[in-house]
Amino acid sequence: MAIRFLLNGAPEDVEADPTTTLLDWLRERRGLTGTKEGCNEGDCGACTVMVTDERGSRALNACILFLPQIDGKAVRTVEGISGPDGALHPVQEAMVAHHGSQCGFCTPGFVVSMAVAQLNARTDHDDQLAGNLCRCTGYAPIVRAAEAAAHAPVPAWMRTDAAAVAGLSAGDGSSPFIPSSADELAAWCEAHPDATLIAGATDVGLWVTKQLRELAPVAFLGRCADLKGVEIGDDTIRIGAMTTLSELHAAMADLHPGFAELIRRYGSVQVRNAATVGGNIANGSPIGDSPPALIALGATLHLRRGDERRDLPLEEFFLDYGKQDRRPGEFVEAVSVPRQPDRLRCYKLSKRFDQDISAVCGCFSITVEDGMVTAARIAFGGMAGVPKRASAVEAALTGQPWTEATVAAAIPAFARDFKPMSDMRASAEYRLRAAEGMLWRAFHEDAGHAADVLKVRA
Amino acid sequence: MTVAKPLPHDAARLHVTGGARYVDDLPTPPGTLHLAFGLSAKARAKVTLGLEAVRASAGVALVLGPGDLDPMPDCSPSAHDEPLLAMGEAFYAGHPLFLVAAESHLLARKAAAKAEIGYEELDAILTIEDAIAADSRFEDGPRVYEKGDVMAAISRAPHLVEGRVLVGGQEHFYLEGQSALAIPTEDGGMVVHSSSQHPTEIQHKVADALGRAMHDVKVEVRRMGGGFGGKESQGNHLAIACAVVAARTGRPVKMRYDRDDDFVVTGKRHDFRIDYRAGFDGEGRCLGVDFVQYCRCGWSMDLSLPVADRAMLHADNAYLLPAARITSHRLKTNTQSATAFRGFGGPQGMVGIERVMDHAAHVLGLDPLEVRRANYYREAPVAASEASGGSISGKMKGQPLPTADLAGRGSVKVETGSGKATRYGGAHSRVPATAENATPYGMEVTDFILHEMTETLARDCEFEARKAAVAEWNAANPVLKRGIALTPVKFGISFTLTHLNQAGALVHVYQDGSVSMNHGGTEMGQGLFQKVAQVAASRFGLPMERVRITATDTAKVPNTSATAASSGSDLNGMAVKAACDAIRDRIAEVVAAELQAEPAAIVFEDGQVRAGEASMSWEEAIAKTYMARVSLSATGFYATPGIEWDRIAGRGRPFYYFAYGAACSEVVIDTLTGENRILRTDILHDCGASLNPAIDIGQIEGGFVQGAGWLTTEELVWDGAGRLRTHAPSTYKIPACSDRPGVFNVALWDGANREETIYRSKAVGEPPLMLGISVWSALAQACAACGPNWPDLQTPATAEAVLAAVGRARG
Repeated sequence: MAIRFLLNGAPEDVEADPTTTLLDWLRERRGLTGTKEGCNEGDCGACTVMVTDERGSRALNACILFLPQIDGKAVRTVEGISGPDGALHPVQEAMVAHHGSQCGFCTPGFVVSMAVAQLNARTDHDDQLAGNLCRCTGYAPIVRAAEAAAHAPVPAWMRTDAAAVAGLSAGDGSSPFIPSSADELAAWCEAHPDATLIAGATDVGLWVTKQLRELAPVAFLGRCADLKGVEIGDDTIRIGAMTTLSELHAAMADLHPGFAELIRRYGSVQVRNAATVGGNIANGSPIGDSPPALIALGATLHLRRGDERRDLPLEEFFLDYGKQDRRPGEFVEAVSVPRQPDRLRCYKLSKRFDQDISAVCGCFSITVEDGMVTAARIAFGGMAGVPKRASAVEAALTGQPWTEATVAAAIPAFARDFKPMSDMRASAEYRLRAAEGMLWRAFHEDAGHAADVLKVRA
Repeated sequence: MTVAKPLPHDAARLHVTGGARYVDDLPTPPGTLHLAFGLSAKARAKVTLGLEAVRASAGVALVLGPGDLDPMPDCSPSAHDEPLLAMGEAFYAGHPLFLVAAESHLLARKAAAKAEIGYEELDAILTIEDAIAADSRFEDGPRVYEKGDVMAAISRAPHLVEGRVLVGGQEHFYLEGQSALAIPTEDGGMVVHSSSQHPTEIQHKVADALGRAMHDVKVEVRRMGGGFGGKESQGNHLAIACAVVAARTGRPVKMRYDRDDDFVVTGKRHDFRIDYRAGFDGEGRCLGVDFVQYCRCGWSMDLSLPVADRAMLHADNAYLLPAARITSHRLKTNTQSATAFRGFGGPQGMVGIERVMDHAAHVLGLDPLEVRRANYYREAPVAASEASGGSISGKMKGQPLPTADLAGRGSVKVETGSGKATRYGGAHSRVPATAENATPYGMEVTDFILHEMTETLARDCEFEARKAAVAEWNAANPVLKRGIALTPVKFGISFTLTHLNQAGALVHVYQDGSVSMNHGGTEMGQGLFQKVAQVAASRFGLPMERVRITATDTAKVPNTSATAASSGSDLNGMAVKAACDAIRDRIAEVVAAELQAEPAAIVFEDGQVRAGEASMSWEEAIAKTYMARVSLSATGFYATPGIEWDRIAGRGRPFYYFAYGAACSEVVIDTLTGENRILRTDILHDCGASLNPAIDIGQIEGGFVQGAGWLTTEELVWDGAGRLRTHAPSTYKIPACSDRPGVFNVALWDGANREETIYRSKAVGEPPLMLGISVWSALAQACAACGPNWPDLQTPATAEAVLAAVGRARG
């Protein structure tokens, strides 16, 4: 395999196995040890690097980033955040001045995340840094450093990648297979029905780094431009399978802010920048966060095999735990939801608010007209082996007045809809109680009561 | 003078540029092998190993099973009960069974996964209840510390408070996992780079494993990517494995754990069950308290005995208990061997008494802070606590010294060879109830400052007004409830194994006037090197850049104690000061002769050496001293004075002094799901006369957040088969950036240590962790606002635990 990318401003031509991670290559082959391995699964951010392509610069976790994913792009590691002459970047200066490092091991990852945020003029520091864990400082001095550096001029060297990457010739895309359109992918998938399709690799990456699996054949979908992006039509919102969660977040901010907030908490910036909507659906996880919201919005899934396409309600794609209605050679092309007035409320319950997998994710679209519930679409993750609608609860609400009595009467329906399991995230009993509590929260929020701890300030 | 200045960490610039090297970053010599362990999937089983596929795996150079090592190296810091590899029987899920050496880290891991392991499962003892039922324990019975007649005191008391609190464990989650690199030297010796808080122990254990003397092994530690106690003993296995394979193959050998392996193999904070029974009067004064602490130690002894001891020693926290009994059971289970973690048992002991205070306030209908203050130790007049001084060497004589591992914190009087739990003789002796201001172990508290600190903090954070506002808010809000609590910390400073309270240093001044400084302490992010370098610069009157900090090295300073027990700057600062002063005195002799002054009149400041009006530059003074053929190199040594401790009797003065702190936290909970947030925290903490206020504040902020994490989101979950299910950051949740308090104010208490410590500073590493208890207490208050009943909030206070407590409060 041959790929080409810019590393800290200089071109690199690399021959390596397609499932070599950027982190291993940097540290073990290239001798650049500033980028650290903290968890090898994309949860701690110690390996954060900046990746630039035609869409801009963003932070990604190098530990679950395969080399073909950066073909034709520019990578900047902590060593390239300082200037070519060794001058410190303003975030580096601020981290020193504000005592933002103690043991220093997480620091390179923080510095890269902060530098990318500073470049992109982002000042929502808690969110920009949610994917970087620090065990020493308690974060306070790091945020002080981020605030201090926020408005310093962006150093010139941080802006060179965007221009340089335009003229960067990439590998030929033949080995591994890197299609540049959905048509190419469709033909290849038919011929390789057992292939592993790699989009953002936030899940598949762990198959390699943790499960030590050998993957072949593989296709990297990052260049399929026609699978990317959100089209907002008059009646329908169509979300391409390769749309990243970051892109979906931006698209949903005005249409369905509850969904946007769910996406913000879905994963860290680094994960959202890599993870795709198609991947989150296709892997069929019962605890993926986008399916419950999409189901509550009445989503239709668009599948494709060769030139053959079929549509189905998203909830019908999830047959059973680990089993989806996806035929050999078939792939997720897009998902679409009807345009609708925003009634969506999304509640994500996890041990930690940011960068955590849901114990329960409940999404409610309850339409109330003249005090009566005229329609209800309610879907949950974490409550069954698949993302699942709460049909009995929906039935108990529909046609009833939107009152405390109706909610109380609907509560027993949860136990008919769901028999959740106990695991390390939550007990079965608690999952059920919390799911019930979420319906109450939807009711209280409509009643104007404060019901979101994230909105309370001292 | 550089001491007391808020200078940045010495390696800050290296940290932010990626230039700071950790063990796994060191350039390795060609031919370096990489190791991985194969681990037991069962908690207790007879094991048969099929390793053919492992040996045949790509890139494998060597595979070692237990039969290939004779004698089997031991990795224990205490009871010699941790063979490097399980010898036929696995004692926990995660127990290393065999060792693979391969050409890369990934190839070693892939090879290890190919083993065919046969298990004949045996009954495993997993939980505290299992261990109690099986009487599976370390030591022959519980330890007991006792003051006064607790049964009589409780039975006479008008109010009884009784309950149980489960105190969860905690994974260290140092960002840098365990790692080691061993490089064989030309004469059968070994150089080991280890991410360890205890280089001397690595040296000793590696020498034992190789059958060599300690002088054949040199251990170097430049820095760790976090330690928190998790690298006091848990790095032994990697260093020993590397050294053994290096000695066999003649090749350099490196080992680091993948994060999941690190979780599964290494020990964590001990979890406890604490049963309490306490008697109170109507004004909230505690008349007597009876604690039974059950401490889950895991499969081997490791450091569990001193951890459990320290939990007993902090069962009083800040409170003068007229009568108290603390009974401690050290339970042996088929789980990871629990180990040191910031606070070393102290936090668990402290949670017990803080729970009692909250529970008593609820029962009595009193304000929890007023109950706490009513029970504080008495304020001690300053004059009463002159530095005690004196050498401990006399007291050491005649004491039975431990077995070979003299520098290990777990080293205790051990009978080895029986193969059974170790036996201990002796009984405790009760502290008389009449003691003035005495702890349950008979130490007079002579430096208590929490009355004034609490007053100051409560005033500055507007505690009373906010408490009223919280009550008002709760009355108006049906779904969300707030809580506020102010809790104190009193933490004892010294190793309880008295002989460990010593340190050495080596200081060189070169002909050009530059200074090289070395000591036995290790740098894990706490800023020890910076603080101690500030001491050296101050002694010589030099700017910081004239002092070079060098890696901890057993060939430079021998026989060091672990960098642990918050003691790093206390001990090593004094040792470096002693070395600097020895050199200073010699320079002063030379300069005094030159300037026709008395040596005692010589002053070192601003890069000058002065005698009254006359002076010369530091460089000139150094040149003259060298030309006079006077040594510009010195060792320094320090032993903490005045401490003695009998852990069996439960009597003595284990601590040189106490460090104090107080925190006020305000939280909000969601009564529908139990989700919760810290809204604001105000901290006032005592670092004595701070050596570096910026570094100390960093320790306080970081310690608090780590403590709050321990008591909220950090939940360790083992399944019914004893497998740890939370073995990566995907499932084990340390605080993230947004989890720090929304408003977070930290202030230092302005006061000098009454004892003669280095520049009258105080230790700061561990005590702030326990400020996190204020969050747990505030959450309990919020739960209590939901109904009339005692919410009995447990730890960790996950959303699930909070919702359960809300349910109990409502009844």
